[in-house]
Amino acid sequence: MVHQSTYKPGSALESWLDKRLPILRLAYDSFGDYPVPKNLNYWWTFGGILGLFLVIQIITGVVLAMHYTPEASLAFASVEHIMRDVNYGWLLRYIHSNGASFFFLAVYIHMFRGLFYGSYKEPREVVWILGVVIFLLMMATAFMGYVLPWGQMSFWGATVITNILAAVPVVGESIQQLLWGGPSIANPTLNRFFSLHYLLPFAIFGVVALHVWAFHIPGNNNPTGVPIKDVKKDSLPFHPYYTVKDGFAIVVYMTIFAVFVFYMPNALGHPDNYVEANPLSTPAHIVPEWYFLPFYAILRAITFNIGPITSKLGGVIAMFGSIGVLFILPWLDTSKVRSMRYRPTAQLWFFLFVACCIGLGYLGGQPAEGVYVVWAQILTAYYFAFFLIILPLLGVLEKPKPLPKSINEAVLRKNPAAPALQPAE
Amino acid sequence: MSADSGPHVKGAAAEEPSRRDFIHIFGAAIAGVGAVGAIVPLVDQMNPDASVRALSTKEVDLAAIEPGQAIKVMWQGKPVFIRRRTAEEIREAETAQVSSLKDEAARNDNLPADAVATDMDRVTDAEGKTHPEWLILVGVCTHLGCIPLGTAQGEVRGDFQGWFCPCHGSHYDLAGRIRKGPAPENLRVPPYQFVSDTAIRIG
Repeated sequence: MVHQSTYKPGSALESWLDKRLPILRLAYDSFGDYPVPKNLNYWWTFGGILGLFLVIQIITGVVLAMHYTPEASLAFASVEHIMRDVNYGWLLRYIHSNGASFFFLAVYIHMFRGLFYGSYKEPREVVWILGVVIFLLMMATAFMGYVLPWGQMSFWGATVITNILAAVPVVGESIQQLLWGGPSIANPTLNRFFSLHYLLPFAIFGVVALHVWAFHIPGNNNPTGVPIKDVKKDSLPFHPYYTVKDGFAIVVYMTIFAVFVFYMPNALGHPDNYVEANPLSTPAHIVPEWYFLPFYAILRAITFNIGPITSKLGGVIAMFGSIGVLFILPWLDTSKVRSMRYRPTAQLWFFLFVACCIGLGYLGGQPAEGVYVVWAQILTAYYFAFFLIILPLLGVLEKPKPLPKSINEAVLRKNPAAPALQPAE
Repeated sequence: MSADSGPHVKGAAAEEPSRRDFIHIFGAAIAGVGAVGAIVPLVDQMNPDASVRALSTKEVDLAAIEPGQAIKVMWQGKPVFIRRRTAEEIREAETAQVSSLKDEAARNDNLPADAVATDMDRVTDAEGKTHPEWLILVGVCTHLGCIPLGTAQGEVRGDFQGWFCPCHGSHYDLAGRIRKGPAPENLRVPPYQFVSDTAIRIG
């Protein structure tokens, strides 16, 4: 459903510009009159929230870089300098560090939404794949950003994660040394991480543009999964209907964000990171930031050798595989029905999957011993089974509920008293 | 702008390599060589620089270490454990059967890669001499690079009385060999040699 342009230049100047660079036309057609299914719920507002957080992170990050020193003997002190001396430095840094957490919280909700409503299915495979690419770039950016304060968790978290590269056969150790710039994590590593941490958000920005472009070709998915059939009956223009809805969600989300920034700015961090990095002493318990914990749990769940694959390499393969499997998800799910609203069995497995991810997050924060390891292995098995066994089989075995004939019909069925919504003129 | 739209190319002649094809291939090849030439310095700048490589050896005086004691020194940004083992500790390390070990390789940079992890091969220096009293190891867990505990007095030494990595629970024995936990390999023995009776050079 490619949307025909409805832009009309409002003035002679706009008309002049439209012939030379139709940028206002692009903006109007994409975010003004663009038809959006009229039944989107609040789970659809996280895209806009994510866009806002990308901008917040870039702006606060650029400003912080004006005061930060990427040198191993000065980095820790320069972060304290930002906190104590720089005007509003504490605010900018707390927004940036908590902003990363809220960025990930929003992206996880956004991804679970896509999973539940089948937003990855034909014709939106490329939208989904670009989303996974953005997610990977976000993880790389956040990981390198966390190293910059050069605290104990920065240093040892980076040590543990870069050491997993050494598990790759043949080239692993050269890649590791290339990344470190020496025989261990030290000043050269900090310098390059700072450079890349500054670069990658702009790469994310570029892929986000592709992501938005890609979903504007088929149009938004919606909670029924049924495409727009009649633009008049099934859709509403993006502005003002969804600018207002997204705006309201942003206000609510930012309120929660503000509670963290102003009242509990260190709640999501780790006290060990206020101790300067010491290469001779490992903290008793290394934990990554909360948003990496599920993947950390998967990494540590493989404690046994599988044939020629050592437990270490096995852990690395499982961890990368847990994200890699998302790339082929559009072809693993064999069901023709998009929305799990009409898939009673798939729905149950989905909620179990959400619980599994939260459980892995909990286990990633616990010491890797005893019953925790067993549970991490069970949940890791379920994580992969959900994608590789359950979704392919359910498409064949499950009997979905009947789909509504149109978005309009689904809306009216839910609320029969309401008159058919018409866009305000 | 395809090649066969040119006025000089006839339908049948398009099958034959033309001078234009040659220009395309030649141009692409030169651009490819140029790209490789540009990538090499752009990637290699990330490898260890001269100032890092210059700090590759370190001398350590062992005179002050009593039997049963261990110290930690820095070498190439990493800790090196030096333990002076007691006669009892050496006996205990020698009793372990190589076939019962998780990693049967010596992991000793002073020996060929196929040397096995007997206690003797873990304490052999670059000149091929064994000093059972002195155990010298890179103090980096072979799992994910944490520093195992057990060097300083009072630290947990794990189930095998050597070292214990608190990150993911790897236990190393009195010869620094992995005995239990996720680490795949024995602690590495760095290249070292005795420069006098009480001093070694690492690296």
